[in-house]
Parts: sequence; C-alpha cells; structure tokens
Amino acid sequence: MAHATAQKYYVPHGTHWPIIGSVALFTLLIGFSVLLNGTSGGEWLMVAGFLMLVFMMFRWFGQVIGESEGGLYNLQVDRSFRMGMGWFIFSEVMFFAVLFGALFYARQLSLPWLGGEGTDPWTNLFLWRGFENEWPSNGPGQIGGHFETMAAWGIPALNTAILLTSGVTLTIAHHALKANHRGKVAFWLACTFILGFIFLGFQAYEYNHAFTELNLTLKSGIYGTTFFMLTGFHGLHVTIGAIMLTVIWLRCLRGHFTPDRHFAFEGVAWYWHFVDVVWLGLFIFVYWL
Amino acid sequence: MSATQHAEHKHDHSHGHDDHDHGPPRGFMRWVTTTNHKDIGTLYLVFALVMLFVGGAMALVIRAELFEPGLQFVHPDFFNQMTTIHALIMLFGMIMPAFAGFANWMIPMMIGAPDMALPRLNNWSFWLLPFAAVMLLSTLLMPGGGPASGWTMYPPLVLQTGDAFPFLIFSVHLLGISSIMASINIIVTIMNMRAPGMTLMKMPLFAWTWLITAYLLIGAMPVLAGGVTMLLTDQFFGTSFFQAAGGGDPVLFQHIFWFFGHPEVYIIILPAFGIVSQIIPTFSRKPLFGYDSMVYATAAIGFLSYIVWAHHMFTVGMPLAGEMFFMLSTMLIAIPTGVKIFNWTATMWKGSISFETPMLFAVGFLFMFSIGGFSGLMMALVPVDFQYHDTYFIVAHFHYVLVPGALFAAIGGAYYWLPKWTGHMYDETLGRVHFWLSTIFVNLLFFPQHFLGLAGMPRRIPDYATQFADWNMWSSIGAFGFGFSQLLFVWVVIKCVRGGARATSQVWDEAKGLEWTVPSPAPYHTFQQAPDVK
Repeated sequence: MAHATAQKYYVPHGTHWPIIGSVALFTLLIGFSVLLNGTSGGEWLMVAGFLMLVFMMFRWFGQVIGESEGGLYNLQVDRSFRMGMGWFIFSEVMFFAVLFGALFYARQLSLPWLGGEGTDPWTNLFLWRGFENEWPSNGPGQIGGHFETMAAWGIPALNTAILLTSGVTLTIAHHALKANHRGKVAFWLACTFILGFIFLGFQAYEYNHAFTELNLTLKSGIYGTTFFMLTGFHGLHVTIGAIMLTVIWLRCLRGHFTPDRHFAFEGVAWYWHFVDVVWLGLFIFVYWL
Repeated sequence: MSATQHAEHKHDHSHGHDDHDHGPPRGFMRWVTTTNHKDIGTLYLVFALVMLFVGGAMALVIRAELFEPGLQFVHPDFFNQMTTIHALIMLFGMIMPAFAGFANWMIPMMIGAPDMALPRLNNWSFWLLPFAAVMLLSTLLMPGGGPASGWTMYPPLVLQTGDAFPFLIFSVHLLGISSIMASINIIVTIMNMRAPGMTLMKMPLFAWTWLITAYLLIGAMPVLAGGVTMLLTDQFFGTSFFQAAGGGDPVLFQHIFWFFGHPEVYIIILPAFGIVSQIIPTFSRKPLFGYDSMVYATAAIGFLSYIVWAHHMFTVGMPLAGEMFFMLSTMLIAIPTGVKIFNWTATMWKGSISFETPMLFAVGFLFMFSIGGFSGLMMALVPVDFQYHDTYFIVAHFHYVLVPGALFAAIGGAYYWLPKWTGHMYDETLGRVHFWLSTIFVNLLFFPQHFLGLAGMPRRIPDYATQFADWNMWSSIGAFGFGFSQLLFVWVVIKCVRGGARATSQVWDEAKGLEWTVPSPAPYHTFQQAPDVK
C-alpha cells in the first residue's frame, strides 16, 4: 500500500454518518426505555437502533480506513487520531473509576457505618441492630439471600494469565509489524483475539456457575452488585476489544498498515492493554482481597 | 500574544493556491452533514439560544407560581418538574452548548488551524444534542410526568419518577457522550493544530480556559454516566448501590454526583473567564495583565475543582475530618479566582476604556460574578452552611454565578464576535439598552433571594409563608423583566445577521489575535495555509 503523505491537513467535506448514528442511538435508547417501562415493542426498536448503529460504524470506519489507505492523512492527522484515542481511553478510565469507587465506598464506609462504627452508631442501633460489618456482604437486609463468592484462584486466576498472555502476544505482533514480518503479525494477532474470546468463554461459564450454583446474582446486595457491574462492564469492554482486534487482523490480512504508519493497530493495542489493567484491578479488589 | 498581521486576506486574492476553496452546499442538509467548524459553531449557538427560551419559559412558570403565597397556577408536582428540567436544560442544553459554539467558531481561528482536528466527530457532538433534548422534554408528556426530583437526581426520591425515569437517564447519557466527544476534539485541536509559532503560552486565554474545561469534562462526565447508570440498575435490575438494606448508601450517589457536579461548575465558568479575558483587554486598549498567572490560576482551579465536591453535602452527616477537608479545600479556590479578578481589574487600570456593549457585559460580569463568588465563600464555611443549606440563599448564589456570571459572559462574547461572524456591526444603542435592562432586572430577580434565604425560605417549594411575600413579588417582577429583555437580544442578533454597517477585519481598534486578521464575515475556510506567528 502506498502511503503518499498528504501535504495538508485533511478536512472532510460533509458526512452523514453522525446523523445516522444519532438516530440509531435515539432509537436504541427509546426502545430500551419502553422495554424497561414494561411496554412491549421496545425490543424491536432496540434491534432496529442497534443494527443501524452497527451499519453506521461499519461504513464510517470503512470510509476512514479508505481515506487512510488512500494516503489522504498526513502525520498531523495521525497525531490527532492518537491523541483522540488517548483521551477516549482516559474517559473510560474515569468510568471504571466510579465503579471501583462504589466498591471501595461500600467496603470502607457504608458497611462499617451500617455496622455501627464511627461516631454515629445510631443507624445500627435503631435500624439494623445486630448487623456486623463483614465482607462479602449483601447488607443488613440480607438482600438476595445466602450466596457464595467466586474463588479467586480458580478460573479468575486462569483468566488473569490468559489476559496477561494476550498482552504479550499483542506486543510480539506489534514488533513483528514494525519489522514488517506480515505472517508473524497475523499469527500473533490471531492468538491475541482468540485468547480474548477464550477469556470471555470462561467469564460466561463463571457467570452461569454463579447464577445456578452459588446463588450469586446482580441482586445479591452490594457484593453481587459491585461484582457483576464491574466484571460485566469489563466483559463488555473485552468483547469490544476482541472485535476490534479481529478487525485489525482482517485488515492485516488485506495488507493494510506499514511498519511506521499503523495508528489503528496501536489504538486498539492501547485499548487492549487498558482492558488488561482494569482486569488486574478487578482480580485484586473484586476476586482476591 | 503578538499575532502578526500575516496577510491582509481579502476575498479576491485569498488562497489562490487552494484547490478546493468552495463554499458550503445549499439547503437544510448543509447543516445536518456539515463538518465545518463555523457551521457547527453556529448550530451550537442557535441551539443554545432556543434552549435559553425553553428553559427560561420554565423559570417563568416557577416565578409566576411564586409571585404570591398560596397555590395559583400549577400543581406542586408540575412545579417540581419545572425546577428539575429548567436546570437540566439550562446547564446541558443552553450554557454548555453556547460555550461549545464559541469554542467551535473561535478556537480554530484563534490558533490558526484550518478546522477542528476531528471534523466528523465534531458534527456528531452537536447532532446528539437535539435528540437528547427531545428525549428529556418529551418526559413532560409521559404518564407520571417528567422527573421532579431536582436536577441532582438524588435517590431514593428520583426512583419514584414514573415512566420518565429511563428517558431521563438515557438523555443524560447522550448529553454526556456529546460533551466527551466535543472535549476530546477541543483538546486535540489545541494540542495538535496550532499554527507554527503559536506556542501554548502565546495562545489567547479563551483557548487556554477551554483546554482546561475540556479536560474537566472528560474527567467528570464519565463519572456522571456511571452514577446515573447505577440509578438505572438499582431501579430495574435489582442492584443495591444506593439501598442501605443491601449494604449500599444513598449518600454514595451524592458523592458521585458532586464529584461530577463540582467540576461541572468550573466547566461552565472557565469558558466565561476566557471570553472576559478576551474582551477586557480589547476595550481597555492594554494587553491582559498577568497573562501567565491567568493560565496558572485556570489550571489551579481545574485541579482544585476535583477535591471540593463534598461542600455540597455538609449537612449529610459526614465525619468531621471530611467536613474540615472540604471546607479548607473549597476556600483555597478563592485564591486563583481572586488572582483572576485582580488581573482583570489591573488590566483596566489606567487603560483608555470605552464601554461598547461587550465591555459593558464583561464589566457587569466582573461585579456580579464577584457577588456570587463571595456568597460561595460564605457557604464554604461548614457551620454557616448548615444555616444556608437548601435555602433560597443557595439559589441566589448559584444564579449569580450562572446568569450575570456565565450567561453575561456568553452574551458579551456574542456581541464581541458577532461582527466577525456576520460581517455587520450590531446595533450599538439596542445592545446597550439590552445590557442595562438585563442588569437591572437580573439584580431585581436574584438579589432579594439572598434575603429570602437568610430569612429561612427553603428552595424547591411552590408555596411559602406570607412573611416571604414581598421579596418574592419583586423577584418575580425581575424574572419577567429579565426574560422579556432577552427578546431584545434575539432582535439585535437577527438585525445584525440581516444587515448593518459593514464590519472591517479588525472590527475593534485594539483587538489582538489571529481571528481579527481574516475578513469579516470570516470566510468559510480560514487558515488552510497556517499563518506565521511570531
């Protein structure tokens, strides 16, 4: 692929993908709201909105890939994409931070207070007498009934190894791309997203185990809440990351990217490492400690 | 900040070397599909102006009901819906889009960039807003009515919202996505698109304040998104984030909300600081006093805004150490803000000042924002705040920083750059009349609310004890006066778009910066060839 570097900053003239994206999101969310309010028909709006969103992303990214391979982007455009991806990941970091914050708040503040610690024992004495702070907990109301927790050193530890390995294979693929060994790139990239999908398979198995055998659900008080919201949003991000890696792999097979120009590859790699780091936090604070 | 008068761009010989110097396409689709920063800026500004009147109409419903004691016009639940949606519309639909409009129009021209760095994303940032606004406003027609819990959406109250609940949550999500994308674009534009020689410390202060604002938005909006997502799952999926019985805590939501909410305060006011910092030097005919310290003060405010959030919740029962920390960190903010106020004052000191409309609004901002700043400092004191909490004093405080603060800066900025946008001078006489009407009525509207609050009148109620009747009546008169005065602004803008004295490139004799080197109205594409900045 020839990468003639454009002289000027590429400014597109008109686009209709954003308005399609807005209509798609609007339809999707209206459908979801209708469904949550218990009216039928919402699910069809959701499906329609989702399909529109997928179509929009496919075509929008497709157009950008075409422009990139056509040599319309100079180094300055490349830098814009890099910075944009970096700040996007920062916003994701803040999203996970608030979920972790909720976990820490529950463990360090709200549960001890409910158990009568601190200078105001009255909540405990008048409302929840006899409740003692412990972790894991489904609160003084025993919401969701008795449950068991997921052992850290079974599947979660294995999943940690899988994700860390996938980070290594991705780095090998990146070095191979820089050295222009295309065969190696394709192989190690494939390893990476296959490991990602294996991780997701284990997560699905684990969720099933939790629901059917441990009585651990989203409704198991604050433990179940934080456990499923954190691992669930992480799993969603692994799914997105694995799909992005697959796309990058397909692009590599088609001969996209050069040893020194491959923003999409690196952007996805950053995203993957970010998902990896979040998992380490999850493993330590959700499963282990 | 000495931008060289790089080229006397004129229509006839501008960019002869450009291969595609075409204008915009015609018709409605131009606005839907545009990737041009000036078009998108205009869209943002028009949207904000429309929302000013939508949110303003709700404010007038509130003030009409409060004109005298007793229940007159609306059902109390509808009154609560009005206070809730008025706030959401004014913050997310009016003032933030207004400043995003200024950013879109001015930042590329100020730093000598051909456009925003990510033009397609820029289009999407705007075009999510009308959908989010429709989603939010449609809740008023739903069974159970719109959200009535106040814009802060505290559980468990907000969980009593009817069918409107998921629509409220998802509209906040859409607004958040829009803000985050716009912020990413602004940061990348400023960091990557500056003309050669335009070092960070030569940038106009408006660009600097938006850089910090965008950083605050990317840090804060995902936190709000996470918080409202927790509300959604608590309501529909049985989670226990804010349920004590499950081990959660409703106060957790307040922490999450204000961890977003306090940076949000500075998200709204920093661009206003930026606009005022452009206007005051121009009409004082002096460079901005203490440019460097302005930059550092802005950065300091940005940092401090993340560690003061719990001063919104002093009465919630925090440990003493928490109250002390948040009190002291809050008072620290007075230092960088004071630096700014003194710098603006020092800029005017011994300047040859003239009071065109933008300057009137900037000086009005200086005085009245300071009033709001000082009442904020009063509320920073924990024991005193116990008295003020949830009274009309709070309402008076934040409206002083938002209306004669942020909104006055936005209106001043509009007058300042209208000639650059339209190519015509606005009607100076009408502009001044607009300023004086606004200033008189805004003080009549909000100043008595200080007295009401100190006397103990609670906020967010449709009825009150008769002892509060007099000041409420004056406040309502002020509200209607202020509201209808803004129609004059719309008239001035329309008149200016349609005609008027031709504006020169320079517009104001001592205005500095790259935006004044291009013709008025600014051509559809500017700085496709980067200017030289020395």
